[in-house]
Amino acid sequence: MSLEQFKNRNVGTQNYTTLDLGKSPETGMEKFTQVIKRSLKGELFVGLGVVMRTMLQALFKGDMHTVKYPFEKMPISPRYRAIHDMLRLMESGNYRCIGCGLCEKICISNCITMDTRYDENQRKEVSEYTINFGRCIFCGYCAEVCPELAIVHGPRYENASEQRAGFSLFEDMLTPIDQLNLQQEYDGFGAISPNADENIKKTPLAY
Amino acid sequence: MEAVNILPEVTWVGVLIKAILILAIISALAGFGTFVERKVLAFMQRRLGPMHVGPYGLLQIAADGIKLFTKEDIIPQNANKLIFMIAPIITAATAFIALSAVPVFPDFTIPEFVPLLGGVFVPSIASDLNIGILFVLGMMAAGLYGPLLAGMSQANKWGIIGAARTAVQFLSYEVVTGLSILAPIMLVGSLSFVDFNDYQQDGVMSWMIWQQPVAFVLFLIAGFAETNRTPFDLLEHEAEVVSGYATEYSGMRWGMFFIGEYANMITVSIIAAIVFLGGYDAASAFGWLFIMLKIAFFFFLMLWVRASWPHIRPDQLMWLCWKVLMPLAVINILVTAIVMMV
Repeated sequence: MSLEQFKNRNVGTQNYTTLDLGKSPETGMEKFTQVIKRSLKGELFVGLGVVMRTMLQALFKGDMHTVKYPFEKMPISPRYRAIHDMLRLMESGNYRCIGCGLCEKICISNCITMDTRYDENQRKEVSEYTINFGRCIFCGYCAEVCPELAIVHGPRYENASEQRAGFSLFEDMLTPIDQLNLQQEYDGFGAISPNADENIKKTPLAY
Repeated sequence: MEAVNILPEVTWVGVLIKAILILAIISALAGFGTFVERKVLAFMQRRLGPMHVGPYGLLQIAADGIKLFTKEDIIPQNANKLIFMIAPIITAATAFIALSAVPVFPDFTIPEFVPLLGGVFVPSIASDLNIGILFVLGMMAAGLYGPLLAGMSQANKWGIIGAARTAVQFLSYEVVTGLSILAPIMLVGSLSFVDFNDYQQDGVMSWMIWQQPVAFVLFLIAGFAETNRTPFDLLEHEAEVVSGYATEYSGMRWGMFFIGEYANMITVSIIAAIVFLGGYDAASAFGWLFIMLKIAFFFFLMLWVRASWPHIRPDQLMWLCWKVLMPLAVINILVTAIVMMV
């Protein structure tokens, strides 16, 4: 479906249809006939039929909307900003973070703390990296600014726990080395869902 | 006189058994009705309903019961305490008393091999009053004191509004119920439900609904209003008056209103099944099954309508009752009377 028809904002040229609402009754006799018409037209039974059809579809055609949440989960959009992930390089397995400190700098709630040092090869390594999730507002700036796509927002949104520290250490966010083959590449900040086109529906405000 | 002698004697044991059966089965069914209602409404809205307590949520009633029984019974400070405490009992009691004059199953005799009670004849009806219908309608009308007193005693504005609506709605629709069922009474010539049942024993075409379709529709509409079901559930319409007359109630007292409401739904379903849809067929072996199916259908209809139709406003309710239904009922009676005379 093309989006062009929704982008046309010139009033009068859109493809609108005027509803035929008829005229509302004025005299007593017109009101009376309207009542009689509506009573005998069986509109109420149309409603009953719709509800029954919905029930039969839900029961026998698997058209049930309930998601049994803890047992089954809906897929979330890649734009969703949940607990951060630290990605590894696919080739070497080393973590991608180069310790540039941009995320710490841009963090508007000052929740990222990092410390770096030079290792024996004079390469920068991250000696300490924590995110205080009591302060983090999940704005996504850190993922946006990261030049290496090292810190990204992962899909873990169930962040209720007894201790916040359980999420916030570098090692906790880093992809486990034995699951490196399962690591999902990040589409980049602001990526749209793969099914974005199908999700667009015509709404009354689509103008 | 010989025919009377053939009938087994109705003993007080039989009546007692019937009464206990009614009380046990109907109160259990009223609880089960809440589960069925939640489940059916859920399916109609493409939800699953209660699923976690027991298989398919069947034990949800037990969980709800435990919650209701153990919840604190709060009585508001400025409430009229005695009336506040009595009101739910009125609702539940009148709902069950009404059932004492309603036949549910055909007569049966307990088999001889059952110890102690063997051979006891259990009548179809706990007390076969010669004014059965009047008694049931009267008891259901007396049930309006429950919500009325509850709303007025609890020192709460929502409660007062709920009580006012109770008086307005129940009193108005009492008229329609009585008038709509008057035409079948004229045809049968008796007020006993057993006579109604026997009147319609010649197959489906002898059912009262074919002779009195208008009365059937009127009775259903009025029945919905009297049991406080959805198109007319103004008494405790959550979106308008929080919970109406039940606003301040908690725990088992609130539960008694619920049980009373569901028992009333079952009563109206039974009356509709017996008066208009042929009742139980005492001669057939499956009469008890058919009447249960009929009752279940009317119960389901109430849930179905609740899922489908919107509420109406109080003024529309009154308009419908006095300007449409009551004239229709009177015309129906007149036509019936003229047809009977000619």
